[in-house]
Amino acid sequence: MRVSLGEHIFRVCNTLFLSALMIVTMYPILYVAFASFSEPALMMAHKGILWKPLGFSLETYGAVFSNPMILLGYRNTLFIVIVGVALNLLLTSFAAYALSRKTLQYRKQLTLIIVFTMFFSGGLIPFYLLVRGLGITDTLWALILPTAISAFNLIIMRTSFEAVPDALEESAKIDGANDFGILFRIFLPLCKPVLAVVGLYYGVSHWNSWFNAMIFLQDRSLYPLQLILREILIIGEATSMAEGASQDEIIILGETLKYATIMVATLPIFLVYPLLQKYFVKGALIGAIKG
Amino acid sequence: MVKNKYLYMMLTPVLLYFIIFHYFPMYGSIIAFKDFNPRLGIGGSAWVGLEHFKDFFGGMYFWRVFKNTLMISLYDLIFGFPAPLILALLLNEVKNALFKRSVQTITYLPHFISLVIICGMIKDFTSSDGVINDIIAFFGGERVTMLLEPSFFRTIFVSSNIWQHIGWGTIIYLAALSAIDLEQYEACKIDGGGRWKQMLHITLPGLLPVFVILLILNIGRIMSVGFEKIILLYNPTTYVSADVISSYVYRIGLQDFQFSFSSAVGLFNSVINFALVIGSNWISRKLNNTGLW
Repeated sequence: MRVSLGEHIFRVCNTLFLSALMIVTMYPILYVAFASFSEPALMMAHKGILWKPLGFSLETYGAVFSNPMILLGYRNTLFIVIVGVALNLLLTSFAAYALSRKTLQYRKQLTLIIVFTMFFSGGLIPFYLLVRGLGITDTLWALILPTAISAFNLIIMRTSFEAVPDALEESAKIDGANDFGILFRIFLPLCKPVLAVVGLYYGVSHWNSWFNAMIFLQDRSLYPLQLILREILIIGEATSMAEGASQDEIIILGETLKYATIMVATLPIFLVYPLLQKYFVKGALIGAIKG
Repeated sequence: MVKNKYLYMMLTPVLLYFIIFHYFPMYGSIIAFKDFNPRLGIGGSAWVGLEHFKDFFGGMYFWRVFKNTLMISLYDLIFGFPAPLILALLLNEVKNALFKRSVQTITYLPHFISLVIICGMIKDFTSSDGVINDIIAFFGGERVTMLLEPSFFRTIFVSSNIWQHIGWGTIIYLAALSAIDLEQYEACKIDGGGRWKQMLHITLPGLLPVFVILLILNIGRIMSVGFEKIILLYNPTTYVSADVISSYVYRIGLQDFQFSFSSAVGLFNSVINFALVIGSNWISRKLNNTGLW
């Protein structure tokens, strides 16, 4: 096929633009990675763009991993993610399955009641008062129960359940299976990709959430990782982390400590990311189909 | 035996969840019309009618938070919303599959980084000895601690949003693009339409339904700009350009414990949001027959 001059120019510009976009997207992340491996003293003196780590030191990673608050935060976050996602997937698949069955009476009305919550909410204060009234503040349940189901993820899952042929359900019924059996033995195994996507969405949101923890937790031993990160990165208490170090060491170490902390807290997401990437598109698409 | 009894068994915890955690707070928002006293509870507190609303509308911060909410949302809508569409159109022109996949993989990535970390990075990069200032200083500019400058807040907020979500937002448009019938492009070529004409007459109309649905959803969120990000980034010196309705609700409600007053502010916000969704959906149904429902 003949390619016109204008098109040639367009293609070159397009490639350049997209390459620039990749660099702009990646660079802040690379900067953090480079800085985290740098010698704290060199980093302290450095100005301008980083192209590679300045020297090589794992000192700050040592400080991060020996910090009791970070480790505790990690443990709390893991608990929230594991228990939270398990509950999320169980309840979401219950709802998605029930609402996808055409034999269910009031199916439309029930769906509407749920979808309505995506557009209207009582607001922050009544929500806060409710959670406090339930007596679950200062427990990790305050971070798990209020986000037990997301209406958006429910619709994603319901849409994929609706695509399962009815014949499968009928033949299982004839074999004597009840709805729980059909859901767990037929629907969930068939819809594994969607289960993975929805599980990822839930997992990431638990991993990343901090606001509910901030308003519902007083007890520091329950703090999830993000709340600890907020203290270090936003409020600027990096220096409090390096216990036992001298004042000068603390200032120097503080410079790179932030970066190592960011790396340690983001690593799990970077690790699961490539494994789940192939499902993203599928999940995002089903989500786009209107309920 | 009750028909569908197992289905109802499955639905019971789900409905309980929505009633407790979503509908009960809606009921609870009546404290906006009461003088909430924790000892008396929501039902027992005395009614005060619209007093809190009057206080809010007549208060010195009303215009500030109202204006900031609209401005930040509009900037986000004008600059942030079309960005993924443009990127998707450009990606669609890329013939090299490997290059295309690399751009996608890299631009999706920031979407998964936590807000706390994003804001930590913003704070670090924009500080007076941060990278951005290093670059400005290299070109002879003046160093500024950007997060302390009210005039920088919106730019920082919106551009970091674009950075974080542009790639992720393309997924939906790319899918809509791949659903467009290739024969239409052939037909357009035969009629003498070049690249530009093809984009104008086939690609953009093909993307319109998705664009409209996303637009409605975004308009519905105008009044609730990402307040978590604002709370992480703002400080008293930037309140003047950064404080939005929802961050104001948080501060007045959960830091000053004026539960009823901040509920009134929050309710005002929710109602406008809801009206915006309904309104934009209605308009879009009238105009081109697409909508959320």
